Amino acid sequence: MNEKNRFKTLSISLISFWLIVFVLVPVLMVFTVSLLTCEVPGEIKQPFTLNNYKEMFDPVFLKVIFDSFKMAFETTLICLIAGFPFAYNLARYKGRFKSLLLMLIIIPFWTSSLIRTYAIIVIIKTNGLLNMVLMSLGLIDEPLKLMYTPLAVMIGMVYSLLPFMILPLYAVLEKLDYKYIEAAKDLGAGRTQTFLHVILPLSMPGIIAGSMLVFLPTLCLFYISDVLGGAKTLLIGNFIRNQFLLVRNWPLGAAASMVLMGLMFIIIYVYYKSSKKAGREAI
Amino acid sequence: MKALKISYSSLVYSFLYLPIIVLIIYSFNASKFGTSWKGFTFKWYESLMNNSSLMSAAGNSLLVAVTAATLATIIGSVAAVAFYRYGFRGKKMLLGLVYVLIMAPDIVMGISLLIMFVTIHMNIGFTTLLLSHITFNIPFVIVTVLSRMKGFDKNLFDAAGDLGATEFQTVRHVLLPMMFPAVIAGWLLSFTLSMDDVLISFFVTGPDFDILPLRIYSMVRLGVKPEVNALCTVMFALSLIIVMASQILNKEKK
Amino acid sequence: MKKRDQIVRLENISKSFEGLGVVHDLDLSIYHGEFVTLLGPSGCGKTTLLRIIGGFERQDFGKVFIDGKEVSKLPPNKREVNTVFQSYALFPHLSVYDNVAFGLKMTKTPKNQIKDMVMSALDTVMLRDFADRMPQNLSGGQQQRVAIARAIVKQPKVLLLDEPLSALDYKLRKQMQTELKQIQRKLGITFIFVTHDQEEALSMSDRVIVMNEGVIQQDGSPKEVYENPKNMFVARFVGEINVLHAVIEKTMHGKLMANVEGRECVLTKDHKFLEGDRVRLLLRPEDIRLEHIKDADNDYPLQGFIEETTYKGATLDSVVRLDSGTTITASEFFDEDDPEFEYKTGEKVAVKWVDGWEVLLPDE
Repeated sequence: MNEKNRFKTLSISLISFWLIVFVLVPVLMVFTVSLLTCEVPGEIKQPFTLNNYKEMFDPVFLKVIFDSFKMAFETTLICLIAGFPFAYNLARYKGRFKSLLLMLIIIPFWTSSLIRTYAIIVIIKTNGLLNMVLMSLGLIDEPLKLMYTPLAVMIGMVYSLLPFMILPLYAVLEKLDYKYIEAAKDLGAGRTQTFLHVILPLSMPGIIAGSMLVFLPTLCLFYISDVLGGAKTLLIGNFIRNQFLLVRNWPLGAAASMVLMGLMFIIIYVYYKSSKKAGREAI
Repeated sequence: MKALKISYSSLVYSFLYLPIIVLIIYSFNASKFGTSWKGFTFKWYESLMNNSSLMSAAGNSLLVAVTAATLATIIGSVAAVAFYRYGFRGKKMLLGLVYVLIMAPDIVMGISLLIMFVTIHMNIGFTTLLLSHITFNIPFVIVTVLSRMKGFDKNLFDAAGDLGATEFQTVRHVLLPMMFPAVIAGWLLSFTLSMDDVLISFFVTGPDFDILPLRIYSMVRLGVKPEVNALCTVMFALSLIIVMASQILNKEKK
Repeated sequence: MKKRDQIVRLENISKSFEGLGVVHDLDLSIYHGEFVTLLGPSGCGKTTLLRIIGGFERQDFGKVFIDGKEVSKLPPNKREVNTVFQSYALFPHLSVYDNVAFGLKMTKTPKNQIKDMVMSALDTVMLRDFADRMPQNLSGGQQQRVAIARAIVKQPKVLLLDEPLSALDYKLRKQMQTELKQIQRKLGITFIFVTHDQEEALSMSDRVIVMNEGVIQQDGSPKEVYENPKNMFVARFVGEINVLHAVIEKTMHGKLMANVEGRECVLTKDHKFLEGDRVRLLLRPEDIRLEHIKDADNDYPLQGFIEETTYKGATLDSVVRLDSGTTITASEFFDEDDPEFEYKTGEKVAVKWVDGWEVLLPDE
């Protein structure tokens, strides 16, 4: 009994210690810094102020927020619309290639999105494969200038984050009992009705989890907008990085980070609510 | 209908894989510029090997990834055992924090660690990078190991105690062998995450301790080069092997 | 029952989970070599009681003694009892042999003894040839036997079995019941068996302890529990039973006059009731005899109409609606020599039973 308690105490202290020292304390520090003042780049001092949060309403930053949210929203929507039928097909497929097909989605989930972003450049650059193919087919006369446009950034985001939408969707759809769908059809629901009233509500936790895994990173993946957008598209991620490493206005960057965190908690809350609701409906 | 399904799925797969395949093919292309095929070559790989600063960055990356993955796996597995076996005050909150950490924007973790390291006057370099990598790996290990434990019959541990095993013997002879594949999978995933991380490393390492993903980042910003193709191919192949290994390990449940 | 050594004694055991009482101030003694069954519906506290004896749950109040020593605060690995779990809980990463050897290795049994002990345990359950198999590759019945071997190899003073047969199909369950009984006789150790299946309890045990809502309702031999239930719960839970309402009208020496469902009946057995007591008269379906009523004389104590008959193979079950409106079920063995053994729906029949086979309980 004694050595059980010793191991228990040790293991719980270890993980608590680590999470407190390397997660909670740093986050509290970010919060503290976000309330401080910066007059000279790289220097932080008192007094405590809410000015950094007020600066969020400055048109420059508002534009950053608006652009990022627009980008994140569109990316999420595209991933959802493209990913849902794919995940549904994969979940319904029971053939012998199932584990291979699933593995092919898991691999990009875990591989560096920087490398995958680079692969996109190879395709869409002015003298890249896409333009070469389109021109040789005679579809266009001169190369499309895709690189360094918001569209390129969006392509990169969708390409990087699509697996993050597909996997949570797949996870809920795989568990969804096909009998519900059969029952709906048996009770006279058509295709669209079955989808709207049965499949969609039951897969809501997956939709929200996937959206969260796409929406938040889109705001943050500054290297995608750097590499594909030529830093012309400024996302919140780029803004935070610039405040920390270029402008060296840490309090402003910290305030922007806190906004990002707040956003994350709102989304997690929505997810929590919806998965509870779906759980109830599934019973 | 079926044809439509198959062609749609194929379209998604080619969208995901075509760019990478093209990249891999180009890494063997003798042409320095442009898109046309000028013959097969290994010379870009050779020039990688001869780039000593790149090789030292690769060495640094491996060092950090192996150390961070190992320490994170130990801490994460011990934590997973605690979460699985024991009830304690604040357990729900702690576990909640672990899940939040997985979803939290990397950039926030990066800057928060940067602020802390600067505040306590730590030199940005190997140590700060290692501590950060351990921190972001731990939740992934915990979740991987815990999700495997969910399938275990809790009676097994009662049975071990019933047959005379102490708590330590129960963990050592029953729980550990059963969770072992997930521990290895957790290590492998941590290793790939460490090898690939840009967003957090960007803030918590300095010029004295260069790592591969950051080198790739600065090279990629300058555009397409055959050496970068080769380097990315190597990195992709590495994660491919490791992810597949971890998947297979975590599969053999029955 | 002759007085034997107590092997397990529970004194004033109480246990609640999150404020909900599961076991209430319970006393119980179990003797050496007994096959005791804890019988009750799910949630009656029987599994909790077993887990308290095994050391997996700690009682809130009371003491546990095993073989005369108090073990109230000892963990499972320090108690000389072993458990066969409902899910078997075989270690999936160990072979049959290693599963059985596990407990011996944990307690540092000398290596040269382990092999013999394991093989002889496997012999007992007739699985010697399966030593190298993995548990997943065994049938349910075989897994069950490995679980038993793994527990008995430790030579416990008491073997605890938590609904060990519930996962098996009907035929296999019957077979394992017999095997378990044989293993228990061969080893001579005490078995404490938990089940919610009254048939299983009656057929296997030396003693049945019927529990409900954390309290022992009756403690006795299978015959006592079945034929003389002490209260309505035991009567209804152990087997099917007909319940008739009655009022005692007159007590005589060794006899009672009672109004049963509005009819006058004479009951022979010596029951301790007073005139005017409201009682319930209980009859097992197989104790009831029905008779065709040839003439419409009214001198049959109880009579009614056949409402439904069900052919059951060995027996014919009839539902009879008494004149008072109460329905009862009778289960009669076929009499090959009686060509009239058959009832038509709506036919009028007399309801009889052997004097003294009825049970009277106070109206609660």
